[in-house]
Amino acid sequence: MDLVNLFFQQLINGLSLGSLYALIAVGYTVVYGIVQLINFAHGEIFMIGAFGAYATWMVLGQPSDWSAPLSILVLLPVMIIGGIVASVAVALLTERWAYRPLRNAPRLAPLITAIGVSVFLQEFVRLFYGYIPGFPDAKSAIAFPSVPGISGATIQVGGVLIQMSAVFTLAALVVCWVFLWYYVNRTKTGRAMIATSQDPDTARLMGINVDKVIMAAFAVGAGLAAIAGVAHGLRYGNIDFKMGFLAGLKAFTAAVLGGIGNINGAVVGGLVLGVVESLAATYLGASAWKDVWAFVLLILVLVFRPQGLLGAKVVDRA
Amino acid sequence: MNKHSFKLVGVALVAASLAFAGCGSRADTGSSSGGTTGKVATIGVISPLSGDLSALGLGIRNSVDLAIRQANESNAIPGWTLKLSAQDDQATPDVGKNAATKLSSDDTVVGVVGTLNSSVAQTVIPVLASATIVQVSPANTNPTLTQGEDLANPKRPYANYFRTCTTDSVQGPFAAQYLLESGIKNVATIHDKKAYGQGLVEAFTTAFKAGGGTITDAETINPEDKDFSAVVSKVKTTSPEAVYYGGEYPQAGPLSKQMKGAGLNVPLMGGDGIYDPNFIKLGGTDGDLATSVGAPVDSLDSAKAFVSAYSAAGFSEPYAAYGAYAYDAANAIINALKVSLKDATDAKSARQATIDAMASVSFDGATGKVAFDEFGDSTSRVLTVYKVTGGEWKPEKTGELK
Repeated sequence: MDLVNLFFQQLINGLSLGSLYALIAVGYTVVYGIVQLINFAHGEIFMIGAFGAYATWMVLGQPSDWSAPLSILVLLPVMIIGGIVASVAVALLTERWAYRPLRNAPRLAPLITAIGVSVFLQEFVRLFYGYIPGFPDAKSAIAFPSVPGISGATIQVGGVLIQMSAVFTLAALVVCWVFLWYYVNRTKTGRAMIATSQDPDTARLMGINVDKVIMAAFAVGAGLAAIAGVAHGLRYGNIDFKMGFLAGLKAFTAAVLGGIGNINGAVVGGLVLGVVESLAATYLGASAWKDVWAFVLLILVLVFRPQGLLGAKVVDRA
Repeated sequence: MNKHSFKLVGVALVAASLAFAGCGSRADTGSSSGGTTGKVATIGVISPLSGDLSALGLGIRNSVDLAIRQANESNAIPGWTLKLSAQDDQATPDVGKNAATKLSSDDTVVGVVGTLNSSVAQTVIPVLASATIVQVSPANTNPTLTQGEDLANPKRPYANYFRTCTTDSVQGPFAAQYLLESGIKNVATIHDKKAYGQGLVEAFTTAFKAGGGTITDAETINPEDKDFSAVVSKVKTTSPEAVYYGGEYPQAGPLSKQMKGAGLNVPLMGGDGIYDPNFIKLGGTDGDLATSVGAPVDSLDSAKAFVSAYSAAGFSEPYAAYGAYAYDAANAIINALKVSLKDATDAKSARQATIDAMASVSFDGATGKVAFDEFGDSTSRVLTVYKVTGGEWKPEKTGELK
């Protein structure tokens, strides 16, 4: 492989890793934009999505001999829906029982609660997933089902080898981005979201059900996180109860990098973070330094552009 | 609250969540029944009973439990009943240290089997040493634990520490010897920056270069990482004939899978840390190699008694890679206790005598002859290369390091 190919290979690696970060980062940013809460449990919602998809596969009877088209057109969408159902349900429950009672509390209270929810969800899966009859114990990593046509499959473009799981992740990000744009700008709930993020009190006076809007924000973030969970499973071949911790931290970083509260910012921040990590591993010292460069970039952005790459300078109303 | 103080809170929370991620300790206490009544002596276990490495840690706990049950049944130490106290170290040095402190404050504890990880041993040994409790590890392979930091002038740092397994200073060179004999001259190395992985890769690199091989690339990964695509792409450009990995199966399995996914179709070779069925479950593929200490357990006549007793005891987890070594470690302690507890009035006063008695322990265990040299290392230098064949680890070659 020559140097040009290496560059493009690392770019592709970075873009697909970045897409994963971006899908999770959207959840941080949407919720922050509306309730100014950094939902640290969002990484666990991503993990729940992956476990939900796995559970769906188990319920389907662990189909492993389906043909590639059937798997991609039927099995994968069903698994994704299963994952979304699980993560949206959990996200709405945490919103209802953990965050809503603290809606008018000082901002620190829901933040600490979010960390508590995060620990709770991790430990809950670790301890109890194995109690579902026939399910494997989640105390160590579980092998994610392979989907024929995606897991392990690759396509060669010039000298660059692209894994189908990376194509899936990128495609999922593009689809979700378009969906989000339409949802936020063209639907009633989406416009209510914008209104609520601008001024919740006035929005309420205008007849917007703010509780419903907040639930929608949690649900949208959770849905995208579940898709990221499935992409993670396909990409790495295994899932575990603490997979949400580092992924959540990186995605939160991406959201801040892009400008927290801005959906496009989360997507751009995720992609930039992924690409910087991949390229830094190749060109800036040993691979051990990749996180150093990623966080150096974050610090630089925050010093020179505190609102993030795409964040708008707004007057903080709190 | 203004924007700036809010950001500060965010940063503090990230820091706090990082710090707390490694906290919390769980204890798991197994039970040993049977035996005569009388004075009680406890043998502790410190190993990962939860988390990624729990398959190995639970195998260690169960094997020690088995040795204790057998000793109680045969009344090996007249007038004494042995008990097991198993502590979870979560493969984390800090948690291991807490477990060691807890065990050393228990006056009935006379010996400890553990730890699994060399990095955890580094915090556990000093605690047990200050309480003069003998520690026998079934799995620590880092040479510095017994020989001190300067391997050219070995000096034993702790008199209470012994091990039944061979070390990286033997394992790494044995892997190098195997690869060179198979005609592989260009190898890239990757390790996880933990004491075990780094030690293994350093020993391998020295021996491989001395034997005429070339290290095409030396990389590292973070143990928490899931994505190795950047490292794999970089290693691939140096066209190695094999990749030598220092670390354990939770990362090695996915790494092997991602190597093959990225078109780097060469074997991944590692040490005993990847010699586990979970390596294959997590992505290890046919052709991958691992060295492990001793001869294959099921090929040894001496191990057959252990294997059949283990399955008869009805444990819910397999004995895994280190079960036989943990069984031998526990029996080494029990053999020393036969001498030290004979005239002792209480367990605590026998601690120093137990350490003294370890030097003369010599018996035929599940893994072969069990005895310790002047550093506390096992006298055995027999190793085996295993190869993934048809989705299973199969012994490829057993030999002694030349």
